[in-house]
Amino acid sequence: MSVLPVLDVVLASLVIGVALFTITARDLFASVVGYVAYGLLLAFVWIRLYAPDVALTEAAVGSGVTGVLLITAGKRLGALKNAAPEMRPGLSLKILTGALAALVAGALGTAILMLPDPPPSLAPEAAAAASGAGAGLENPITAVLMSYRSFDTMLEKIVLILAVVGVWSVGADKAWGRAPAPLRQSRPYAPMVLLARTLAPVGVLIGIHIFWTGADAPGGAFQGGALLAAMWMVTMMARLAGPPRIDAQWLRMAMVAGPAVFLVTGLAGGVLAGSFFAYPPGIAKPIILAIEAFMVLSIATALPMLVVGPPSERPDQ
Amino acid sequence: MTTLLQLFSVAAISAGAFFFFAGTVGLLRFPDSLTRLHALTKADNLGLGLVVLGLLPRAENTLSALKLLVIWALVLLSGASTAQLIGRALRRGRK
Amino acid sequence: MTPSVLAGLTGAALVGLGLYGLILHPHPLRKLLAFNLIGSGVFLVFGIVARRGAAAGFRFDPVPQAMVITGIVVAFAASAIAVALILRLSMESRNVTLDPEVWTRPNGGDAT
Repeated sequence: MSVLPVLDVVLASLVIGVALFTITARDLFASVVGYVAYGLLLAFVWIRLYAPDVALTEAAVGSGVTGVLLITAGKRLGALKNAAPEMRPGLSLKILTGALAALVAGALGTAILMLPDPPPSLAPEAAAAASGAGAGLENPITAVLMSYRSFDTMLEKIVLILAVVGVWSVGADKAWGRAPAPLRQSRPYAPMVLLARTLAPVGVLIGIHIFWTGADAPGGAFQGGALLAAMWMVTMMARLAGPPRIDAQWLRMAMVAGPAVFLVTGLAGGVLAGSFFAYPPGIAKPIILAIEAFMVLSIATALPMLVVGPPSERPDQ
Repeated sequence: MTTLLQLFSVAAISAGAFFFFAGTVGLLRFPDSLTRLHALTKADNLGLGLVVLGLLPRAENTLSALKLLVIWALVLLSGASTAQLIGRALRRGRK
Repeated sequence: MTPSVLAGLTGAALVGLGLYGLILHPHPLRKLLAFNLIGSGVFLVFGIVARRGAAAGFRFDPVPQAMVITGIVVAFAASAIAVALILRLSMESRNVTLDPEVWTRPNGGDAT
């Protein structure tokens, strides 16, 4: 007799309840806080689905950094003087949309109930990748990310850089090259400064640790990089450091380092190991860890740049 | 693991759960944002400390036990700073 | 009902909820929040497919989980671009809305 089914049902209803609150809250801030709480509850669901790496990523990126992004956006929007009067949708539109939403959810639910049995699985291929080319990696997810589907991971890093370029190009033409507006407008406040000064070094250590153990245990480059990004954002929020100018060379090199090293290694694999993105047997794990180290650097610089936004004409404002 | 340690672990975790419950009751029942903040920070910090204390005998090795303590210390630090920040925002919003 | 099926149905419900919020909310940031709900619902469906694909000595299929990790980061990048666009649009048009009629009304909304 196990208590786990009860836990599962309680967790599922909590997740749906908080999502419902997020949709129906009156205030934008309440909605964003609800979304952050929803993300943390979702991390629990991921643990129940035997996915600790995904739970780490969801808690760090999906709920944490996205929450910072949305709260900063809400604050910057709230500083606007004019806001259009909210036009509440009519009842007929609500009913129609509710029917559409129920239809889509019902179709998806039916598809889930009709999933094939026995379930298909790519686990054997992933296991072969983990023990073959990605030799020595105990964490199958890292093996999949860096060896079996390494091209996808490299493309995803490039997507991050494209997103940063997209965010920068939204700024005013006159402001190109300047620094983005700081995250907090007021003077440094002592508890925030204490938090930044004591948490940031510990957080950096933990982030590097999570990246390093990602080879054998749950963790990895994304989770570690997200933690490092969060530590930089905490420092910026305490006004101990300002957002850098977007034409700073070190910033651009740090962001590009990850995919560049990945691409060069992949091309070199074409020459040294027989096929594009293959690793020479025997030294696969050190190469993978080296690529991941540069990826962590890229993620840790790209995520905060995405949050602080486009360059501002008055960087001190 | 001996029975005494098992009992201690269960007792500490249950006490921690009770403190979390008390903090949530305070969150729901207190009239004011500042009082709710007080209930949350005090009760939740103590609750987490008791839960960590109860989990220490169940840790696999010394390193895991140390990690649990570090987790508790970090939550304490961030909870205290965040409570100060929220309190300051509440006080300013009142003016 | 196994945990996988329960989680999958939760994911389906989240997609429906997100779709409802995406269509109905007039505020652009609320639409973005609802869109993120749809995304996380879809990721949950990926997750249960991963859980059900337990084979070769693992308790899960690592390939869909790796895709979800990639997807979460890409979804955040997309949200960041959306936020930048919304902020710039709102500052230029001086109105927080996606309704094009409001932007093009002369006199900032007083005309008919």
